[in-house]
Amino acid sequence: MWRRCLLPGIAGWLAAVTPAMAFIAYVSNEKSNTVSVIDTEKWTVTNTIKVGQRPRGIEFTRNGKFVLVAVGDDDRIEVIDTATQQVVDSLPSGPDPELFTQDAAGKILYVANENDNTVTIIDLEKRVRVGDVQVGVEPEGMAISPDGKILINTSETTNMAHFIDTATRQIVANVLVDARPRFAAFKRDSSELWVSSEIGGTVSIIDPAKRIITGKIEFSIPGLRREAIQPVGIGITKDGKTAFIALGPANRIAIVDANTHKVTKYLLVGQRVWHMAFTPDEKYLLVTNGVSNDVSVIDVAAQKVIKTIQVGELPWGITFAQP
Amino acid sequence: MRSTTVNRNHGGFSLVQYVTCLNGIVWREALRFVHQRERFVSALVRPLVWLFIFAAGFRQVLGISIIPPYETYILYEVYIAPGLVAMIQLFNGMQSSLSMVYDREMGNMRTLLVSPLPRWYLLFCKLGAGTAVSLLQVYAFLLIAWFWDIAPPPIGYLTVLPALVLSGLMLGALGMLISSGIKQLENFAGVMNFVIFPMFFASSALYPLWRVQESSPLLYYVCLFNPFTHAVELIRFALYGQTNWISLVVVFCCTTAFMIGAIYAYDPSRGLVRRGPAGGET
Repeated sequence: MWRRCLLPGIAGWLAAVTPAMAFIAYVSNEKSNTVSVIDTEKWTVTNTIKVGQRPRGIEFTRNGKFVLVAVGDDDRIEVIDTATQQVVDSLPSGPDPELFTQDAAGKILYVANENDNTVTIIDLEKRVRVGDVQVGVEPEGMAISPDGKILINTSETTNMAHFIDTATRQIVANVLVDARPRFAAFKRDSSELWVSSEIGGTVSIIDPAKRIITGKIEFSIPGLRREAIQPVGIGITKDGKTAFIALGPANRIAIVDANTHKVTKYLLVGQRVWHMAFTPDEKYLLVTNGVSNDVSVIDVAAQKVIKTIQVGELPWGITFAQP
Repeated sequence: MRSTTVNRNHGGFSLVQYVTCLNGIVWREALRFVHQRERFVSALVRPLVWLFIFAAGFRQVLGISIIPPYETYILYEVYIAPGLVAMIQLFNGMQSSLSMVYDREMGNMRTLLVSPLPRWYLLFCKLGAGTAVSLLQVYAFLLIAWFWDIAPPPIGYLTVLPALVLSGLMLGALGMLISSGIKQLENFAGVMNFVIFPMFFASSALYPLWRVQESSPLLYYVCLFNPFTHAVELIRFALYGQTNWISLVVVFCCTTAFMIGAIYAYDPSRGLVRRGPAGGET
């Protein structure tokens, strides 16, 4: 018990005396067609950037100079200059782009086009579309393996995780997962691929080498119907020990021991929690709450929600510049 | 005698005499507290039943609003914890008043009141002793609640102390004032029905006031003017290292008013006790 008392106390004291580094988060607001800028030093919205219609997927470019945001109803990816915090350019995608990912060098962008059953490949330097890969119905989740050789796309209606060879741009394997796969994430050591299934209510653990499901994480929250628990966003710490899963309308973040795949704790956040992003130092995890129009801040070490910040309408995605 | 050799001040009595009196009254309350273990246990069980059982069934009552001093969404258990802390103090205050009625019936009060020290001082010592007992009960509850994931910031356990002292004094003074008007121990059941329950339920202890306002504007104003609401809010804010200034002023003023009322009521030349004590006290 003393250990339990002492450690958070020391951690809290250290947090109080150590000045926290300030980072900037960009949050896409699906309904208000804006991107909110959050300063982590003040924990407030410092700017709101007007973007195209229905912004969802959002990510920093690898060099940290730009933020890319998929504006689905305008069928393009918009480019925000982080220096001026204004939209300065756009990239071509297929119809209704939703989520995307980049290769390690930040030269190629892979975009899931929800209404076209394709993944569009864009050259970020030339800012041109260089190809498409046909995938299942309603593609959404996108992840690239740490070695950059395999691209994962999940298709919501086909209920599959597609393994795409980035060299040949061909699907090399399909893994059937539970209903409505929304998001995919690799562990940094490539040992596991995690895929969340919104309707199935599970997260599938896939062996990326064998391309088979090796386990499933299930969730149970007292007082909530199973249908209300809909896993979507996934965040795995760099050391691969802890994972955070957004459970949508359950209004909870599940904390999972990433080695044993057991849920250790549920944290109450806002309504319809969707996606998340760690601050670059991994001290905090920010999660978007779509229906309550806010972003909750989780202290990663203490595993506590410390604050909730009001943003625009229907916040969807969130990104930090990674060093 | 020792009392004749020390310097006299404070209206004819020395500081040592005042301290001796305080020591005697606090010590008696402490002994009573230690010997009545079931009282301590019941003081803890009551809020814990609310926390473990009642709160489990009312998880959705808070809705989606973030209300100060909280900075994010909280579970219902977290919300009612300060209300249950105040409930401990409310029951303790009333129990102290019950013991005063008992003392009066048994004749023990005469021993206290024949002390040459000023009546207001005796009552204040009694009040302070009761508050100290309530602090022990509250911290024991907060310790158990911590294992139930109700963990305010560590500094909150310190910042809540002055709030607890003030609210404990207010509720104790209220109990004392009420006890002056109760002639027999049997009448104490009325205190439960007419004081404790209405004060507790018509407050922000169990539900936020904006929720009450949604269902009944009249009840909202009743809750708003209930001193217990302000004791709860004072404790709630202090537990998170903040000060609710309105509640602080209300609780302070109520404490003063109840205390003056109790001193007046226990003054044999003017007060309510003169109207004819019952039982053994004559």
